[in-house]
Amino acid sequence: MQEQDLAPPVAQPTLSPEARRRQLKEKAIAALITAVAFTGIAALVLILVFVAKEALTLVTDATAREEASFSKMFLPQLVRKGKPLAYVWQPVSGVPKVSMIPLFVGTLKTTAVSMLVAVPLGIFAALFAAEFAPRRLREVLKPIIELLAGIPSVVLGFFALMVMASFLQEVFGFTSRLNAVVAGLGLALAIVPVIFTVTEDALTAVPRSYREASLALGATPWETAWKVVLPAAAPGILAACVLGFGRAIGETMIVLMASGNAAIVSPRLGDSVRSLSATIAAEMGEVVVGSPHYALLFFIGVELFLFTFVLNMLAGVWTKKVIQRLKGGAG
Amino acid sequence: MKKTLLSSFVAFGLAVLPLSAQAGTVTVKGSDTMVILAQRWAEAFMKKNPSMKIQVTGGGSGTGLAALQNGTTDIAMSSREIKEAEEEKLRARYNTPPTGVAVAKDGVTFYVNESNKVDALTVEQLKEIYLGDTASWKAVGGADAPIVLYSRENSSGTYVFVKDTVLGGDDFASAAQTLPGTAAVVNAVAKEKNGIGYGGAAYAKGIKELKVKKGAEAFAPSAENVKSGKYPLSRDLFFYLRNKPAGDVKAFIDFALSAEGQAIVTQVGYFPVK
Repeated sequence: MQEQDLAPPVAQPTLSPEARRRQLKEKAIAALITAVAFTGIAALVLILVFVAKEALTLVTDATAREEASFSKMFLPQLVRKGKPLAYVWQPVSGVPKVSMIPLFVGTLKTTAVSMLVAVPLGIFAALFAAEFAPRRLREVLKPIIELLAGIPSVVLGFFALMVMASFLQEVFGFTSRLNAVVAGLGLALAIVPVIFTVTEDALTAVPRSYREASLALGATPWETAWKVVLPAAAPGILAACVLGFGRAIGETMIVLMASGNAAIVSPRLGDSVRSLSATIAAEMGEVVVGSPHYALLFFIGVELFLFTFVLNMLAGVWTKKVIQRLKGGAG
Repeated sequence: MKKTLLSSFVAFGLAVLPLSAQAGTVTVKGSDTMVILAQRWAEAFMKKNPSMKIQVTGGGSGTGLAALQNGTTDIAMSSREIKEAEEEKLRARYNTPPTGVAVAKDGVTFYVNESNKVDALTVEQLKEIYLGDTASWKAVGGADAPIVLYSRENSSGTYVFVKDTVLGGDDFASAAQTLPGTAAVVNAVAKEKNGIGYGGAAYAKGIKELKVKKGAEAFAPSAENVKSGKYPLSRDLFFYLRNKPAGDVKAFIDFALSAEGQAIVTQVGYFPVK
């Protein structure tokens, strides 16, 4: 109270009632947006907390510690008498075998195949659409590819399962019809539109002056696109790839339908694979709630969460570096 | 129209009411394998006896038998025989031995591609194939080609049945590809000429149902062989009760076992017990 008395009255700018009202409205809107943003963050954190809490049984419960210890998850185990040690995922068994390695291998294989196909395809398609396609064609091409992004993954999975699998088996002579290549190509169908859209946006956002400068210096349109526009859009393209990778690693339906779901550790892409996400989807249905197997499925969820989180972080750091370099080059 | 709406409201109200144990209501709970079958029975039965209400819910055999112990269901559906511990508990709680009635049979069938030369295998051969010890069709009298294994997800009851009866509790080879649902397995075997899979009786093009050899004779998973128990990979599907069947419960079970009820069993895809 005293302070208020002591403080000299500050000359306030006099606001008209209308301006004051507008100021209040602005503040209210800002508060609302902040609240919505934080709700989103809070929801994410709560999801992680919930998933992690269920997975925590692996540490707190004595039977779970025995049945699904970290050494059993990540080191080779004795599977059957007279057989070499191996990584086996057989959580429903007299002696549950819970090795995560085959699931990691499976996830990496399908994701690698899909990225190898989808990244060049998506980026070149975007480069074509943004730099070379006549305006008319571009106006048709873009919405069509974006529409592809809306195809439900179960439809893509069905297509991979029924059509692509037989075709690829005839072409490559795979022993198993459903394998990492089929699943990876199915996944690629799902992520090409994602990579295309974001890359295309990044390419069109490159200032026109870059292109004009390059062309004025005598570079061909191809050189301009490849050496000027593409590098300038690098951070956006990287973001597109990370988005695609995130989708590929977490995508469930296509992998569940087209990968064969056999948990095998092998270097061959023609073998069946079982991915982390498909394992959750396939086994969550009938698992006993609170059992070690149940906790394991949640632990897989945590792993998927961490993978995408770490990847996003690394990509963020790299993007920053690229932007820095671009700025330095310009200056 | 109005009347059906009203009656469906009433039916809904009755279903929602807790402890709706009024006369004329029978609750059936348990095995997911049997839910569709029991629902078909309930529909047909209620059409005949409009005053009766049969409520069918799934949840798994164990859930049904637990509900029977807690007194929250009249009939427990189970795709396996009751365990001794469960029987003990029921006896201790209700002073009467529980009754089990086999209401249908289910035969697990192994399929191969139509083009496969192999027609029949012994259970022992099936075991070696699914353990991954036999890797080529040549070893069991077929072509010189690798065997491609198809299996079900480990959440499936059929998976557990095959694991217990065929593999003797051992694990499937890790190369076995697991597919969601019998239809997916049938489709995969139809398209994979070296494939083998298993599931319920399936009527599909492109696959051949393997006979199972017992000694010198081979038995097809036909209705007769499953019914008579000659086909070795069949199991009973049960209704379990706290005591002897009586009243409404008896009427429903009698209906399930009647010619009409057993015809429904065949329609749903299982085998009759009578």
